[in-house]
Amino acid sequence: MRLRIPPGGLRWGRDEAARADSSWVAGTVVDLDSLGVAPVHRMIQLSTVDGPGARTTVFLQGCNIRCLYCHNPETQAICCHCGECVAGCPSGALAQTSAGAVTWEESRCIQCDRCHAVCPYHASPKVYLYSVQALFEAVSPNFAFVRGVTASGGEATLYPAFLTAFFKQVRAAGKTCLIDANGTVDLARYPELLAVTDGVMLDLKAWDPTVFEQLVGRRSTGHLQKNLLTLAQRQLIEELRLVYLPGRVDGRACLEGVARLLGDQVKTILLKLIRFRCHGVRGVLEQTPSPSLEEMQALEAFARSLGFERIVIR
Amino acid sequence: MFNHEAAYETLTSRKLTHEQKLMALAKHAENAFEVLEIPEKTRAYFENGSINDLFEGAAPYRPRYIMVDYEKYLKQGSEFLSVKPPKTLDEAIFALMMLYHHVPSITNFPVYLGNLDTLLDPYLGEESDEAICEKLRLFFTFLDRTVTDSFCHANLGPQQTRAGELILKTERELSNAVPNFTIKYDPRETPDAFMEQAIECSLRCSNPAICNHEANLEPYGTAYGISSCYNILPIRGGAYTLTRVTLTKLAEQASSVEHFMDQLLPDCLQAIADYMNERIRFLVEKSGFFESSFLVKEGLIDRDRFVGMFGVTGLAEGVNVLLKDQGLIYGRDEAANELAEQILQRIKVLTDDMPACYSPLMKDRFVLHAQVGLDSDHGVTSGVRIPVGDEPESFLDHLRHSGRYHKFFPAGVGDIFPIATQVNQNLSALLDVVKGAFAAGVHYLSFYAADTDLVRITGYLVKRSEMEKFKNQEVVLHDTTHLGAPNYEDNRLAERKVRMV
Repeated sequence: MRLRIPPGGLRWGRDEAARADSSWVAGTVVDLDSLGVAPVHRMIQLSTVDGPGARTTVFLQGCNIRCLYCHNPETQAICCHCGECVAGCPSGALAQTSAGAVTWEESRCIQCDRCHAVCPYHASPKVYLYSVQALFEAVSPNFAFVRGVTASGGEATLYPAFLTAFFKQVRAAGKTCLIDANGTVDLARYPELLAVTDGVMLDLKAWDPTVFEQLVGRRSTGHLQKNLLTLAQRQLIEELRLVYLPGRVDGRACLEGVARLLGDQVKTILLKLIRFRCHGVRGVLEQTPSPSLEEMQALEAFARSLGFERIVIR
Repeated sequence: MFNHEAAYETLTSRKLTHEQKLMALAKHAENAFEVLEIPEKTRAYFENGSINDLFEGAAPYRPRYIMVDYEKYLKQGSEFLSVKPPKTLDEAIFALMMLYHHVPSITNFPVYLGNLDTLLDPYLGEESDEAICEKLRLFFTFLDRTVTDSFCHANLGPQQTRAGELILKTERELSNAVPNFTIKYDPRETPDAFMEQAIECSLRCSNPAICNHEANLEPYGTAYGISSCYNILPIRGGAYTLTRVTLTKLAEQASSVEHFMDQLLPDCLQAIADYMNERIRFLVEKSGFFESSFLVKEGLIDRDRFVGMFGVTGLAEGVNVLLKDQGLIYGRDEAANELAEQILQRIKVLTDDMPACYSPLMKDRFVLHAQVGLDSDHGVTSGVRIPVGDEPESFLDHLRHSGRYHKFFPAGVGDIFPIATQVNQNLSALLDVVKGAFAAGVHYLSFYAADTDLVRITGYLVKRSEMEKFKNQEVVLHDTTHLGAPNYEDNRLAERKVRMV
């Protein structure tokens, strides 16, 4: 993820004020990942929905696609300090410096998320940058209570070098590492990351390139198919996820495609069929009703007919 | 003095069942005696609320809690009851039902029913799961309808048994308030899959609670049980009595933290020790209980295995009162938590120095217990719990907080957490949290699903639907509904912070 350093510099996570003194000059363009740094939208100490057991989930900021059904669109972009969110902040936690930087005072924030709702770019002014060490120190106090860490987003795989270094530390502490991936980044390019990853929860999005492009706002790279093979070969598919909305998502084609690629292996793969829900969604689908349970069950039955055996509807 | 007016009110009540009237009338009669020597100073502590004996009555004639050795009973039967050692599951269940009827306690009902899975497992034989579950269903239904007081506790674990699994299966379907179940859990002994069944049951019907087996071995070894409201007591013994210090009320008498620590606390705790010894002496020397009970004669209980429980409650508000000038809050501010720890340390040191009569098992000392409360408590939070509304944002911080204070209470302490309903789709997540909590020093915890009908009040279970009835002046079966309904409102239990959202 490349970004231009804003006026006033970057907002660092805890105990990292010292970094601000270094050569991070406003106006220059940097590649965060290669610098061992990642923007963190938020962390959930104790998540029950991001893999097996209790897990600490880290949401990294920034995504390379724009799904119509995205339920946390405020994680998609990096703040460009336009200042649009500042004036209406009800608690006065947001301000803009004379140099133009948007600042956020966490202790004053009431977490109303109005700033997210008004952001024209689907970004957040509440993001901190973390080094690998700082992020490890932030999550490791939870380790007695959780099985491991899940990297989610945004799109976590946009930070492969960062994740590799972070996961190494987490695994050294005896915990497992999972990635929530949207499938658009070719993971075979990052064997070091896969070597320290315990599993990937992979989104299927859509199969047909046209359907895919209309759903996620970007041309298909074909990486989903490649990732399925890469991950299946390494036995790293923790689960496959399909958010289903008839008319927008070619659910049957997705399942057929996966079954064609992976053959018998689909028997052992956990398939999560997720009902589209408009909660948090912005844009054309924000009022769209969820598919009926019958529609979900019909899709489940279809999956079963293709050989999937571990299926859950959420 | 016999309180004619109160007794008449009981006798003519429209809100009590016959059985509830009978027991209340007996209490009025007992309270007519003045057989205990109570110094003026102690009476003053009673009056300002610093000391409370939890309505044990003025003339103790049975121990507060009795932990019958049911294993021994099933092996030998009972001469007094003319019960032969059972050979089949039916006989074992009926043998237990007959004995339960004769186990007294402060509630007049048995507060401990035994480790039911290990008790019944040897009798399952070749019977099918369905047949066994049907027998258990009848057994548990009988208990719920006849032991009409939720301070009644059965135990499970720590090993996985077929009986344990079938008990969980039956309980999940019944969702009764009685008995309370606690599972003894040791990650080294109890398989994850069995615990996940227990947790699933717990999210369905608020039972069982989970006891840190390893941490609770300390006072009496493996021969311990959980009775009533999280009382950890020796099997084949029990508790003579329980009197508590209400730190909230004692702190209100203090002119400074030093005054509280150096004068009030030693003075009040000594008064409690003297009072409990007075009760124990009457019970042992005068009441005739230990001379006449067949439980003693047949070796099912042993006076040498009884203890006196030293209760502590209202730590949170006690600390908040002492620090009110600084505005520091227990559960939120480290300085308040630190003072809380110092108070408990002081209580431990002081009570370690106070002899308890007829208590050889505990080397003539009392055992500390974090008392969970009374219906009459207003602004007094159970034991060492954090008041509703002051809970830390983070569930993990809350559990760490519990772990810090649980170690002071070998005779029982516990916390209660409502859990978000979606967690039933990931039971292993909650089990991970339990493991972490126990590693952090938590001795005992219980869960209920945020939307369930059966809710834990301070430790016992009450149905929301029954509380509604009681509020509308209807007669209800379980006397604990009378206690739960006002507590649920006063302590804003509906607003407990839901965890794992």
